[in-house]
Amino acid sequence: MSALVVRALERELLVYARTWRGNVFTSFIQPLLFLGAMGLGLGGLVDDAGGAAGTDYLVFVAPGLLAASALLSSAGESLWGVMGGVKWMGQFNSMVATAMVPGDVYGGLVLSTGVRSFIAAVPFLVVATLFGGVTSWLAPLALVPTVLVAMVGSAVLSAYSVTKQDDSTFPIIMRLGIIPLFLFSGTFFPVEQLPDAVRPVVWISPLWHGVEATRDATAGGVDGVTALHIAVLAAVLAAAVPMGVRGFTRRLTP
Amino acid sequence: MAGEALDGAPLVRARGLRKDFGGFTAVDGIDFEVRRGEVFGFLGPNGAGKTSTMRMVGCVSPSTGGTLEVLGLDPSSDGPAIRSRLGVVPQEDNLDTELSVWDNFIVYGRYFGLPRAVIKERAEELLDFARLTERRHDRVDPLSGGMKRRLTIARALVNEPEMVLLDEPTTGLDPQARHLLWDRLYGLKRQGVTLILTTHYMDEAEQLCDRLVVMDEGRIVDEGSPRQLIERHVTAEVVELRFAEPELQAKAEPVATEVADRYEALADRLLLYTDDGDATRRALADRGVEALTELTRRASLEDVFLVLTGRTLDD
Repeated sequence: MSALVVRALERELLVYARTWRGNVFTSFIQPLLFLGAMGLGLGGLVDDAGGAAGTDYLVFVAPGLLAASALLSSAGESLWGVMGGVKWMGQFNSMVATAMVPGDVYGGLVLSTGVRSFIAAVPFLVVATLFGGVTSWLAPLALVPTVLVAMVGSAVLSAYSVTKQDDSTFPIIMRLGIIPLFLFSGTFFPVEQLPDAVRPVVWISPLWHGVEATRDATAGGVDGVTALHIAVLAAVLAAAVPMGVRGFTRRLTP
Repeated sequence: MAGEALDGAPLVRARGLRKDFGGFTAVDGIDFEVRRGEVFGFLGPNGAGKTSTMRMVGCVSPSTGGTLEVLGLDPSSDGPAIRSRLGVVPQEDNLDTELSVWDNFIVYGRYFGLPRAVIKERAEELLDFARLTERRHDRVDPLSGGMKRRLTIARALVNEPEMVLLDEPTTGLDPQARHLLWDRLYGLKRQGVTLILTTHYMDEAEQLCDRLVVMDEGRIVDEGSPRQLIERHVTAEVVELRFAEPELQAKAEPVATEVADRYEALADRLLLYTDDGDATRRALADRGVEALTELTRRASLEDVFLVLTGRTLDD
Protein backbone atom coordinates (compact mmCIF):
# COMPACT_ATOMS: atom_id res chain seq x y z
CA MET A 1 0.00 0.00 0.00
CA SER A 2 1.26 3.50 -0.76
CA ALA A 3 0.14 7.04 -0.01
CA LEU A 4 -1.88 6.90 -3.24
CA VAL A 5 -4.42 4.71 -1.42
CA VAL A 6 -6.33 7.94 -0.74
CA ARG A 7 -6.67 8.41 -4.52
CA ALA A 8 -8.27 4.99 -4.78
CA LEU A 9 -10.59 6.01 -1.95
CA GLU A 10 -11.46 9.20 -3.85
CA ARG A 11 -12.45 7.14 -6.85
CA GLU A 12 -14.64 4.81 -4.84
CA LEU A 13 -16.40 7.73 -3.20
CA LEU A 14 -16.89 9.55 -6.49
CA VAL A 15 -18.47 6.45 -8.01
CA TYR A 16 -20.60 6.18 -4.85
CA ALA A 17 -21.68 9.81 -5.15
CA ARG A 18 -22.61 9.34 -8.80
CA THR A 19 -24.54 6.11 -8.23
CA TRP A 20 -26.07 6.85 -4.81
CA ARG A 21 -29.60 6.24 -6.03
CA GLY A 22 -28.79 2.58 -6.56
CA ASN A 23 -27.32 2.33 -3.05
CA VAL A 24 -29.97 4.23 -1.21
CA PHE A 25 -32.15 1.17 -0.61
CA THR A 26 -29.53 -1.20 0.83
CA SER A 27 -27.72 1.53 2.75
CA PHE A 28 -30.55 3.64 4.19
CA ILE A 29 -34.02 2.30 3.58
CA GLN A 30 -33.46 -1.38 4.27
CA PRO A 31 -32.02 -0.81 7.78
CA LEU A 32 -34.89 1.55 8.57
CA LEU A 33 -37.44 -1.03 7.41
CA PHE A 34 -35.77 -3.56 9.69
CA LEU A 35 -35.91 -1.04 12.49
CA GLY A 36 -39.63 -0.48 11.91
CA ALA A 37 -40.51 -4.16 11.59
CA MET A 38 -38.25 -5.56 14.30
CA GLY A 39 -37.98 -2.68 16.72
CA LEU A 40 -41.53 -1.40 16.66
CA GLY A 41 -43.57 -4.31 15.30
CA LEU A 42 -41.91 -7.34 16.82
CA GLY A 43 -40.70 -5.20 19.73
CA GLY A 44 -44.28 -4.67 20.90
CA LEU A 45 -44.73 -8.42 21.34
CA VAL A 46 -41.35 -8.91 22.97
CA ASP A 47 -41.89 -6.10 25.46
CA ASP A 48 -45.34 -7.47 26.37
CA ALA A 49 -43.59 -10.75 27.15
CA GLY A 50 -41.06 -9.07 29.44
CA GLY A 51 -38.50 -7.48 27.08
CA ALA A 52 -35.08 -8.61 25.91
CA ALA A 53 -32.07 -8.57 28.20
CA GLY A 54 -33.96 -6.32 30.56
CA THR A 55 -34.52 -3.41 28.15
CA ASP A 56 -37.01 -2.28 25.54
CA TYR A 57 -36.66 -4.49 22.50
CA LEU A 58 -36.13 -1.44 20.30
CA VAL A 59 -33.18 -0.40 22.47
CA PHE A 60 -31.84 -3.92 22.17
CA VAL A 61 -32.30 -4.42 18.45
CA ALA A 62 -31.41 -0.95 17.08
CA PRO A 63 -27.62 -1.26 17.67
CA GLY A 64 -27.73 -4.84 16.42
CA LEU A 65 -29.33 -3.69 13.18
CA LEU A 66 -26.87 -0.85 12.86
CA ALA A 67 -23.82 -3.10 12.99
CA ALA A 68 -25.41 -5.96 11.04
CA SER A 69 -26.53 -3.65 8.22
CA ALA A 70 -22.97 -2.39 7.91
CA LEU A 71 -21.87 -5.97 7.32
CA LEU A 72 -24.66 -6.68 4.84
CA SER A 73 -23.92 -3.70 2.62
CA SER A 74 -20.18 -4.24 2.76
CA ALA A 75 -20.69 -7.85 1.66
CA GLY A 76 -22.36 -6.92 -1.61
CA GLU A 77 -19.73 -4.34 -2.46
CA SER A 78 -16.89 -6.68 -1.62
CA LEU A 79 -18.15 -9.72 -3.47
CA TRP A 80 -19.84 -8.55 -6.69
CA GLY A 81 -18.19 -5.15 -6.58
CA VAL A 82 -14.72 -6.66 -6.61
CA MET A 83 -15.59 -9.07 -9.40
CA GLY A 84 -16.75 -6.07 -11.42
CA GLY A 85 -13.51 -4.23 -10.79
CA VAL A 86 -11.18 -7.08 -11.67
CA LYS A 87 -13.21 -8.73 -14.40
CA TRP A 88 -16.57 -7.47 -15.60
CA MET A 89 -15.61 -3.80 -15.91
CA GLY A 90 -11.88 -4.06 -15.31
CA GLN A 91 -11.36 -0.66 -13.69
CA PHE A 92 -8.99 -2.13 -11.11
CA ASN A 93 -6.71 -3.15 -13.97
CA SER A 94 -6.58 0.43 -15.18
CA MET A 95 -5.76 1.59 -11.66
CA VAL A 96 -2.65 -0.55 -11.31
CA ALA A 97 -1.34 0.66 -14.68
CA THR A 98 -0.67 3.99 -12.96
CA ALA A 99 1.61 5.03 -10.12
CA MET A 100 -0.62 3.03 -7.77
CA VAL A 101 0.02 -0.51 -6.58
CA PRO A 102 -2.59 -3.29 -6.12
CA GLY A 103 -2.58 -2.74 -2.35
CA ASP A 104 -3.80 0.82 -2.95
CA VAL A 105 -6.81 -0.47 -4.85
CA TYR A 106 -7.60 -2.89 -2.05
CA GLY A 107 -7.00 -0.32 0.67
CA GLY A 108 -9.17 2.24 -1.12
CA LEU A 109 -11.96 -0.29 -1.28
CA VAL A 110 -11.79 -1.16 2.41
CA LEU A 111 -11.57 2.49 3.44
CA SER A 112 -14.45 3.48 1.19
CA THR A 113 -16.62 0.75 2.68
CA GLY A 114 -15.87 2.30 6.07
CA VAL A 115 -16.80 5.77 4.86
CA ARG A 116 -19.98 4.53 3.23
CA SER A 117 -21.06 2.69 6.36
CA PHE A 118 -20.44 5.89 8.32
CA ILE A 119 -22.62 7.86 5.91
CA ALA A 120 -25.40 5.28 6.24
CA ALA A 121 -25.07 4.93 10.03
CA VAL A 122 -25.57 8.58 10.93
CA PRO A 123 -29.18 8.90 9.67
CA PHE A 124 -29.96 5.47 11.12
CA LEU A 125 -28.76 6.60 14.55
CA VAL A 126 -30.80 9.78 14.29
CA VAL A 127 -33.98 7.92 13.36
CA ALA A 128 -33.38 5.27 16.03
CA THR A 129 -32.93 8.05 18.58
CA LEU A 130 -36.20 9.72 17.52
CA PHE A 131 -38.06 6.43 18.04
CA GLY A 132 -36.50 5.94 21.45
CA GLY A 133 -34.06 3.20 20.45
CA VAL A 134 -31.04 5.08 21.82
CA THR A 135 -30.67 5.74 25.52
CA SER A 136 -27.08 6.92 25.95
CA TRP A 137 -25.31 10.17 25.22
CA LEU A 138 -22.35 8.09 24.13
CA ALA A 139 -24.35 6.76 21.16
CA PRO A 140 -22.14 8.50 18.54
CA LEU A 141 -19.35 6.21 19.73
CA ALA A 142 -21.34 3.40 18.09
CA LEU A 143 -20.01 4.67 14.78
CA VAL A 144 -16.58 3.27 15.65
CA PRO A 145 -17.55 -0.42 15.85
CA THR A 146 -20.06 0.02 13.00
CA VAL A 147 -17.41 1.36 10.65
CA LEU A 148 -14.98 -1.33 11.81
CA VAL A 149 -17.53 -4.08 11.11
CA ALA A 150 -17.96 -2.75 7.56
CA MET A 151 -14.20 -2.56 7.05
CA VAL A 152 -13.63 -6.06 8.42
CA GLY A 153 -16.37 -7.38 6.13
CA SER A 154 -14.84 -5.63 3.16
CA ALA A 155 -11.26 -6.62 4.01
CA VAL A 156 -12.11 -10.30 4.45
CA LEU A 157 -14.65 -10.71 1.65
CA SER A 158 -12.76 -8.80 -1.03
CA ALA A 159 -9.60 -10.75 -0.13
CA TYR A 160 -11.70 -13.82 -0.88
CA SER A 161 -13.57 -12.63 -3.97
CA VAL A 162 -10.42 -11.36 -5.70
CA THR A 163 -9.17 -14.94 -5.87
CA LYS A 164 -12.29 -16.12 -7.72
CA GLN A 165 -12.77 -16.34 -11.46
CA ASP A 166 -16.54 -15.80 -11.33
CA ASP A 167 -19.35 -15.06 -8.89
CA SER A 168 -20.73 -18.61 -8.67
CA THR A 169 -19.78 -19.06 -4.99
CA PHE A 170 -20.96 -15.64 -3.84
CA PRO A 171 -24.62 -16.56 -3.18
CA ILE A 172 -23.35 -19.46 -1.01
CA ILE A 173 -21.13 -17.07 0.95
CA MET A 174 -24.16 -14.86 1.51
CA ARG A 175 -26.52 -17.69 2.51
CA LEU A 176 -24.19 -19.82 4.59
CA GLY A 177 -21.84 -17.12 5.84
CA ILE A 178 -23.26 -13.64 6.04
CA ILE A 179 -26.93 -14.37 6.75
CA PRO A 180 -26.20 -16.76 9.68
CA LEU A 181 -23.81 -14.14 11.08
CA PHE A 182 -26.53 -11.54 10.62
CA LEU A 183 -29.07 -13.68 12.50
CA PHE A 184 -26.99 -15.23 15.28
CA SER A 185 -24.50 -12.56 16.34
CA GLY A 186 -26.66 -11.20 19.14
CA THR A 187 -28.39 -8.96 16.64
CA PHE A 188 -32.04 -9.88 17.26
CA PHE A 189 -31.82 -11.76 20.54
CA PRO A 190 -29.26 -12.14 23.31
CA VAL A 191 -26.65 -14.81 22.69
CA GLU A 192 -27.61 -16.26 26.09
CA GLN A 193 -30.73 -17.63 24.39
CA LEU A 194 -28.53 -20.00 22.39
CA PRO A 195 -27.55 -23.44 23.73
CA ASP A 196 -24.34 -23.33 25.80
CA ALA A 197 -22.47 -25.42 23.26
CA VAL A 198 -23.10 -22.94 20.46
CA ARG A 199 -22.15 -19.78 22.31
CA PRO A 200 -18.36 -20.06 21.88
CA VAL A 201 -18.97 -20.21 18.13
CA VAL A 202 -20.63 -16.82 18.32
CA TRP A 203 -17.61 -15.34 20.08
CA ILE A 204 -15.52 -15.80 16.95
CA SER A 205 -18.06 -13.86 14.90
CA PRO A 206 -16.61 -10.40 14.25
CA LEU A 207 -20.16 -9.15 13.92
CA TRP A 208 -20.95 -10.24 17.48
CA HIS A 209 -18.06 -8.10 18.76
CA GLY A 210 -19.35 -5.25 16.62
CA VAL A 211 -22.92 -5.64 17.85
CA GLU A 212 -21.85 -5.81 21.51
CA ALA A 213 -19.67 -2.69 21.23
CA THR A 214 -22.37 -0.83 19.31
CA ARG A 215 -24.95 -1.78 21.92
CA ASP A 216 -22.66 -0.65 24.75
CA ALA A 217 -22.52 2.75 23.10
CA THR A 218 -26.21 3.26 22.29
CA ALA A 219 -27.76 1.58 25.35
CA GLY A 220 -25.19 2.76 27.91
CA GLY A 221 -22.51 0.44 29.22
CA VAL A 222 -19.25 1.49 27.64
CA ASP A 223 -16.46 -0.13 29.62
CA GLY A 224 -13.26 -2.11 29.24
CA VAL A 225 -15.11 -4.95 27.55
CA THR A 226 -16.29 -2.53 24.87
CA ALA A 227 -12.68 -1.64 24.19
CA LEU A 228 -11.86 -5.34 24.02
CA HIS A 229 -14.56 -5.91 21.38
CA ILE A 230 -13.16 -3.06 19.33
CA ALA A 231 -9.66 -4.45 19.72
CA VAL A 232 -10.85 -7.80 18.38
CA LEU A 233 -12.34 -6.11 15.30
CA ALA A 234 -9.14 -4.15 14.76
CA ALA A 235 -7.12 -7.35 15.07
CA VAL A 236 -9.26 -9.18 12.50
CA LEU A 237 -8.87 -6.22 10.16
CA ALA A 238 -5.10 -6.18 10.68
CA ALA A 239 -4.93 -9.89 9.96
CA ALA A 240 -7.06 -9.67 6.81
CA VAL A 241 -5.23 -6.78 5.16
CA PRO A 242 -2.00 -8.63 4.28
CA MET A 243 -4.09 -11.43 2.75
CA GLY A 244 -6.07 -8.93 0.73
CA VAL A 245 -2.96 -7.13 -0.47
CA ARG A 246 -1.45 -10.43 -1.55
CA GLY A 247 -4.66 -11.49 -3.30
CA PHE A 248 -5.02 -8.21 -5.16
CA THR A 249 -1.35 -8.26 -6.15
CA ARG A 250 -1.63 -11.78 -7.54
CA ARG A 251 -4.82 -11.05 -9.41
CA LEU A 252 -4.03 -7.62 -10.82
CA THR A 253 -0.32 -8.10 -11.57
CA PRO A 254 -0.08 -11.80 -12.47
CA MET B 1 19.79 12.24 -13.43
CA ALA B 2 20.06 8.71 -12.07
CA GLY B 3 17.79 6.22 -13.75
CA GLU B 4 17.02 8.60 -16.61
CA ALA B 5 17.33 7.06 -20.04
CA LEU B 6 19.96 9.05 -21.89
CA ASP B 7 19.23 10.36 -25.36
CA GLY B 8 19.92 7.61 -27.81
CA ALA B 9 19.66 4.95 -25.12
CA PRO B 10 16.72 2.61 -25.73
CA LEU B 11 13.56 3.25 -23.71
CA VAL B 12 12.96 -0.46 -23.46
CA ARG B 13 15.64 -3.11 -23.50
CA ALA B 14 14.69 -6.79 -23.20
CA ARG B 15 17.13 -9.70 -23.19
CA GLY B 16 15.94 -13.27 -23.06
CA LEU B 17 12.66 -12.01 -21.61
CA ARG B 18 10.34 -14.81 -20.48
CA LYS B 19 6.88 -15.15 -19.04
CA ASP B 20 5.66 -18.48 -17.73
CA PHE B 21 2.22 -19.03 -16.25
CA GLY B 22 2.59 -22.31 -14.37
CA GLY B 23 3.56 -24.79 -17.05
CA PHE B 24 2.54 -22.54 -19.93
CA THR B 25 5.12 -20.34 -21.61
CA ALA B 26 3.57 -17.16 -22.98
CA VAL B 27 6.84 -15.39 -23.86
CA ASP B 28 9.78 -17.62 -24.63
CA GLY B 29 12.98 -15.61 -24.30
CA ILE B 30 12.74 -12.55 -26.54
CA ASP B 31 15.23 -9.75 -27.25
CA PHE B 32 14.16 -6.32 -28.43
CA GLU B 33 14.85 -2.65 -27.98
CA VAL B 34 12.56 0.33 -28.39
CA ARG B 35 14.16 3.68 -29.23
CA ARG B 36 12.93 7.09 -28.24
CA GLY B 37 10.42 8.65 -30.63
CA GLU B 38 9.70 5.59 -32.71
CA VAL B 39 6.52 3.63 -33.22
CA PHE B 40 7.40 0.07 -32.38
CA GLY B 41 5.04 -2.79 -33.12
CA PHE B 42 4.46 -6.37 -32.09
CA LEU B 43 2.72 -8.15 -34.95
CA GLY B 44 1.34 -11.61 -34.48
CA PRO B 45 -1.79 -13.68 -34.15
CA ASN B 46 -3.80 -14.01 -30.93
CA GLY B 47 -1.83 -16.01 -28.39
CA ALA B 48 1.58 -15.05 -29.79
CA GLY B 49 2.64 -13.47 -26.48
CA LYS B 50 2.16 -9.83 -27.47
CA THR B 51 -0.11 -8.89 -24.57
CA SER B 52 2.05 -10.70 -22.03
CA THR B 53 5.06 -8.79 -23.32
CA MET B 54 3.19 -5.49 -23.14
CA ARG B 55 2.10 -6.20 -19.58
CA MET B 56 5.69 -6.83 -18.56
CA VAL B 57 6.83 -3.59 -20.20
CA GLY B 58 3.89 -1.83 -18.49
CA CYS B 59 5.13 -3.17 -15.12
CA VAL B 60 1.87 -4.90 -14.27
CA SER B 61 3.22 -8.40 -14.72
CA PRO B 62 6.58 -9.53 -13.37
CA SER B 63 8.84 -11.35 -15.82
CA THR B 64 9.83 -14.90 -14.99
CA GLY B 65 13.19 -14.83 -16.74
CA GLY B 66 15.68 -12.71 -18.65
CA THR B 67 16.23 -9.02 -18.13
CA LEU B 68 14.00 -6.04 -18.80
CA GLU B 69 14.77 -2.37 -18.50
CA VAL B 70 12.09 0.29 -19.04
CA LEU B 71 13.02 3.98 -19.15
CA GLY B 72 16.38 2.97 -17.76
CA LEU B 73 14.76 1.48 -14.65
CA ASP B 74 14.07 -2.01 -13.35
CA PRO B 75 10.35 -2.96 -13.39
CA SER B 76 10.77 -5.34 -10.46
CA SER B 77 11.89 -2.58 -8.10
CA ASP B 78 10.77 0.68 -9.73
CA GLY B 79 7.29 -0.24 -10.96
CA PRO B 80 5.42 2.84 -9.70
CA ALA B 81 8.17 5.21 -10.90
CA ILE B 82 8.13 3.66 -14.37
CA ARG B 83 4.35 3.45 -14.60
CA SER B 84 3.98 7.10 -13.67
CA ARG B 85 5.86 7.92 -16.92
CA LEU B 86 3.88 5.50 -19.11
CA GLY B 87 0.50 5.70 -20.76
CA VAL B 88 -1.34 2.40 -21.02
CA VAL B 89 -4.18 1.59 -23.39
CA PRO B 90 -5.31 -1.96 -22.70
CA GLN B 91 -7.01 -4.28 -25.15
CA GLU B 92 -10.35 -3.95 -23.36
CA ASP B 93 -11.47 -0.45 -22.43
CA ASN B 94 -11.57 -0.33 -18.65
CA LEU B 95 -13.08 3.09 -18.19
CA ASP B 96 -15.23 4.03 -15.22
CA THR B 97 -18.46 3.63 -17.14
CA GLU B 98 -20.71 4.98 -14.37
CA LEU B 99 -18.76 8.24 -14.39
CA SER B 100 -18.80 11.05 -16.92
CA VAL B 101 -16.14 11.54 -19.57
CA TRP B 102 -14.76 14.44 -17.56
CA ASP B 103 -14.69 12.52 -14.26
CA ASN B 104 -12.73 9.75 -15.94
CA PHE B 105 -9.90 12.20 -16.59
CA ILE B 106 -10.01 13.57 -13.07
CA VAL B 107 -10.09 10.19 -11.34
CA TYR B 108 -7.35 8.76 -13.52
CA GLY B 109 -5.09 11.78 -13.15
CA ARG B 110 -5.39 11.47 -9.39
CA TYR B 111 -3.94 7.95 -9.61
CA PHE B 112 -0.69 9.62 -10.61
CA GLY B 113 -0.83 11.97 -7.67
CA LEU B 114 -1.43 14.97 -9.96
CA PRO B 115 -3.07 18.09 -8.51
CA ARG B 116 -6.64 18.72 -9.66
CA ALA B 117 -5.80 22.05 -11.34
CA VAL B 118 -3.19 20.36 -13.54
CA ILE B 119 -5.53 17.52 -14.46
CA LYS B 120 -8.33 19.94 -15.39
CA GLU B 121 -6.06 21.90 -17.68
CA ARG B 122 -4.84 18.76 -19.42
CA ALA B 123 -8.33 17.25 -19.58
CA GLU B 124 -9.53 20.25 -21.61
CA GLU B 125 -6.82 19.63 -24.19
CA LEU B 126 -7.33 15.88 -24.16
CA LEU B 127 -11.08 16.24 -24.70
CA ASP B 128 -10.22 18.13 -27.82
CA PHE B 129 -7.62 15.54 -28.83
CA ALA B 130 -10.21 12.78 -28.41
CA ARG B 131 -12.89 14.89 -30.12
CA LEU B 132 -15.15 14.41 -27.13
CA THR B 133 -15.54 18.01 -25.96
CA GLU B 134 -19.29 17.96 -26.59
CA ARG B 135 -19.68 14.72 -24.65
CA ARG B 136 -17.72 15.82 -21.60
CA HIS B 137 -20.69 15.72 -19.21
CA ASP B 138 -22.11 12.47 -20.57
CA ARG B 139 -21.71 9.18 -18.85
CA VAL B 140 -19.25 6.84 -20.55
CA ASP B 141 -21.58 3.86 -20.77
CA PRO B 142 -23.63 4.92 -23.80
CA LEU B 143 -20.67 6.20 -25.88
CA SER B 144 -19.83 4.37 -29.10
CA GLY B 145 -16.93 1.92 -29.28
CA GLY B 146 -14.76 4.41 -31.15
CA MET B 147 -15.46 7.16 -28.63
CA LYS B 148 -14.65 4.89 -25.70
CA ARG B 149 -11.42 3.90 -27.38
CA ARG B 150 -10.43 7.52 -27.98
CA LEU B 151 -11.30 8.32 -24.39
CA THR B 152 -9.18 5.41 -23.15
CA ILE B 153 -6.26 6.70 -25.21
CA ALA B 154 -6.77 10.32 -24.15
CA ARG B 155 -7.06 9.27 -20.51
CA ALA B 156 -3.74 7.43 -20.82
CA LEU B 157 -2.11 10.75 -21.77
CA VAL B 158 -3.18 12.63 -18.65
CA ASN B 159 0.22 12.10 -17.00
CA GLU B 160 2.03 13.30 -20.16
CA PRO B 161 3.74 9.96 -20.66
CA GLU B 162 7.06 9.55 -22.45
CA MET B 163 5.92 6.26 -23.87
CA VAL B 164 2.44 4.94 -24.64
CA LEU B 165 1.61 1.24 -24.76
CA LEU B 166 -1.33 0.37 -26.99
CA ASP B 167 -2.60 -3.20 -26.97
CA GLU B 168 -4.66 -3.92 -30.09
CA PRO B 169 -5.75 -0.28 -30.30
CA THR B 170 -8.29 -0.64 -33.10
CA THR B 171 -9.65 -4.15 -32.64
CA GLY B 172 -13.42 -4.14 -32.91
CA LEU B 173 -13.70 -0.68 -34.49
CA ASP B 174 -15.28 0.14 -37.83
CA PRO B 175 -12.98 1.43 -40.62
CA GLN B 176 -13.89 5.08 -40.09
CA ALA B 177 -13.21 4.90 -36.36
CA ARG B 178 -9.91 3.14 -37.05
CA HIS B 179 -8.73 5.86 -39.41
CA LEU B 180 -9.65 8.56 -36.93
CA LEU B 181 -7.66 6.70 -34.27
CA TRP B 182 -4.66 6.23 -36.52
CA ASP B 183 -4.77 9.96 -37.20
CA ARG B 184 -4.68 10.65 -33.44
CA LEU B 185 -1.75 8.25 -33.03
CA TYR B 186 0.18 9.97 -35.82
CA GLY B 187 -0.39 13.20 -33.92
CA LEU B 188 1.22 11.70 -30.83
CA LYS B 189 4.16 10.46 -32.85
CA ARG B 190 4.68 13.94 -34.27
CA GLN B 191 4.83 15.27 -30.72
CA GLY B 192 7.72 12.90 -30.10
CA VAL B 193 5.87 10.39 -27.94
CA THR B 194 7.25 6.88 -28.24
CA LEU B 195 4.54 4.38 -29.08
CA ILE B 196 4.57 0.63 -28.63
CA LEU B 197 1.64 -1.21 -30.08
CA THR B 198 0.50 -4.73 -30.63
CA THR B 199 -1.73 -5.65 -33.51
CA HIS B 200 -2.84 -8.57 -35.56
CA TYR B 201 -3.82 -6.24 -38.39
CA MET B 202 -1.05 -6.05 -40.93
CA ASP B 203 -2.42 -2.85 -42.44
CA GLU B 204 -2.23 -1.21 -39.02
CA ALA B 205 1.35 -2.35 -38.55
CA GLU B 206 2.29 -1.09 -42.03
CA GLN B 207 0.54 2.24 -41.51
CA LEU B 208 1.86 3.06 -38.09
CA CYS B 209 5.06 1.22 -37.27
CA ASP B 210 8.57 2.46 -37.94
CA ARG B 211 9.88 -0.84 -36.79
CA LEU B 212 8.28 -4.04 -35.70
CA VAL B 213 8.90 -7.55 -34.57
CA VAL B 214 6.88 -10.49 -35.80
CA MET B 215 5.87 -12.76 -32.92
CA ASP B 216 4.66 -16.31 -33.04
CA GLU B 217 4.22 -18.78 -30.18
CA GLY B 218 6.07 -16.62 -27.68
CA ARG B 219 9.09 -16.01 -29.88
CA ILE B 220 10.26 -13.22 -32.16
CA VAL B 221 10.63 -14.61 -35.66
CA ASP B 222 11.97 -11.47 -37.33
CA GLU B 223 12.44 -7.77 -36.87
CA GLY B 224 12.68 -4.71 -39.12
CA SER B 225 10.70 -1.94 -40.77
CA PRO B 226 7.57 -3.06 -42.64
CA ARG B 227 9.35 -2.42 -45.94
CA GLN B 228 12.49 -4.29 -44.89
CA LEU B 229 10.49 -7.29 -43.77
CA ILE B 230 8.56 -7.39 -47.02
CA GLU B 231 11.71 -7.07 -49.10
CA ARG B 232 13.52 -9.68 -47.04
CA HIS B 233 10.85 -12.36 -47.14
CA VAL B 234 8.53 -11.82 -50.06
CA THR B 235 8.45 -10.51 -53.59
CA ALA B 236 7.08 -7.10 -54.56
CA GLU B 237 3.74 -8.46 -55.78
CA VAL B 238 1.33 -11.23 -55.04
CA VAL B 239 -1.10 -12.82 -57.46
CA GLU B 240 -4.11 -14.27 -55.66
CA LEU B 241 -6.07 -16.98 -57.39
CA ARG B 242 -9.40 -18.40 -56.27
CA PHE B 243 -10.80 -21.50 -57.89
CA ALA B 244 -14.29 -22.90 -58.34
CA GLU B 245 -13.19 -26.36 -57.12
CA PRO B 246 -10.43 -27.44 -54.70
CA GLU B 247 -9.23 -29.93 -57.32
CA LEU B 248 -8.61 -27.10 -59.78
CA GLN B 249 -6.47 -25.37 -57.17
CA ALA B 250 -4.52 -28.60 -56.60
CA LYS B 251 -3.98 -28.92 -60.34
CA ALA B 252 -2.71 -25.36 -60.59
CA GLU B 253 -0.05 -25.86 -57.91
CA PRO B 254 2.56 -27.51 -60.16
CA VAL B 255 2.11 -24.64 -62.65
CA ALA B 256 2.55 -22.13 -59.85
CA THR B 257 6.10 -23.37 -59.19
CA GLU B 258 6.96 -22.62 -62.83
CA VAL B 259 5.51 -19.12 -63.11
CA ALA B 260 6.24 -17.64 -59.67
CA ASP B 261 9.20 -17.38 -57.29
CA ARG B 262 7.20 -19.27 -54.67
CA TYR B 263 3.62 -19.97 -53.75
CA GLU B 264 1.48 -20.62 -50.71
CA ALA B 265 -1.62 -22.80 -50.90
CA LEU B 266 -4.32 -21.66 -48.47
CA ALA B 267 -7.64 -23.37 -47.93
CA ASP B 268 -9.51 -20.98 -50.18
CA ARG B 269 -6.86 -19.54 -52.49
CA LEU B 270 -3.42 -19.79 -54.01
CA LEU B 271 -0.89 -17.02 -53.42
CA LEU B 272 1.83 -16.60 -56.06
CA TYR B 273 4.84 -14.49 -55.07
CA THR B 274 6.38 -12.68 -57.99
CA ASP B 275 8.12 -9.43 -58.84
CA ASP B 276 5.96 -8.97 -61.93
CA GLY B 277 2.32 -9.82 -61.42
CA ASP B 278 1.26 -9.13 -64.99
CA ALA B 279 3.92 -11.43 -66.45
CA THR B 280 2.92 -14.17 -64.03
CA ARG B 281 -0.73 -13.84 -64.99
CA ARG B 282 0.13 -14.01 -68.69
CA ALA B 283 2.21 -17.12 -68.05
CA LEU B 284 -0.70 -18.67 -66.17
CA ALA B 285 -3.05 -17.94 -69.06
CA ASP B 286 -0.53 -19.42 -71.54
CA ARG B 287 -0.49 -22.64 -69.51
CA GLY B 288 -4.28 -22.79 -69.46
CA VAL B 289 -4.83 -22.14 -65.75
CA GLU B 290 -8.31 -20.73 -65.29
CA ALA B 291 -9.14 -19.24 -61.94
CA LEU B 292 -12.53 -18.02 -60.79
CA THR B 293 -11.00 -14.71 -59.66
CA GLU B 294 -7.52 -13.35 -60.11
CA LEU B 295 -5.98 -10.28 -58.59
CA THR B 296 -2.54 -8.74 -58.31
CA ARG B 297 -1.64 -6.80 -55.18
CA ARG B 298 1.40 -5.47 -53.37
CA ALA B 299 2.97 -7.87 -50.92
CA SER B 300 2.08 -7.07 -47.32
CA LEU B 301 3.12 -8.01 -43.81
CA GLU B 302 0.41 -10.66 -43.93
CA ASP B 303 2.54 -12.40 -46.55
CA VAL B 304 5.65 -11.96 -44.45
CA PHE B 305 3.88 -13.62 -41.57
CA LEU B 306 2.70 -16.46 -43.77
CA VAL B 307 6.21 -17.07 -45.07
CA LEU B 308 7.75 -16.88 -41.60
CA THR B 309 5.24 -19.10 -39.81
CA GLY B 310 3.32 -20.98 -42.48
CA ARG B 311 0.10 -19.59 -41.02
CA THR B 312 -2.11 -16.57 -41.60
CA LEU B 313 -2.59 -13.93 -38.91
CA ASP B 314 -6.22 -14.95 -38.42
CA ASP B 315 -5.34 -18.56 -37.58
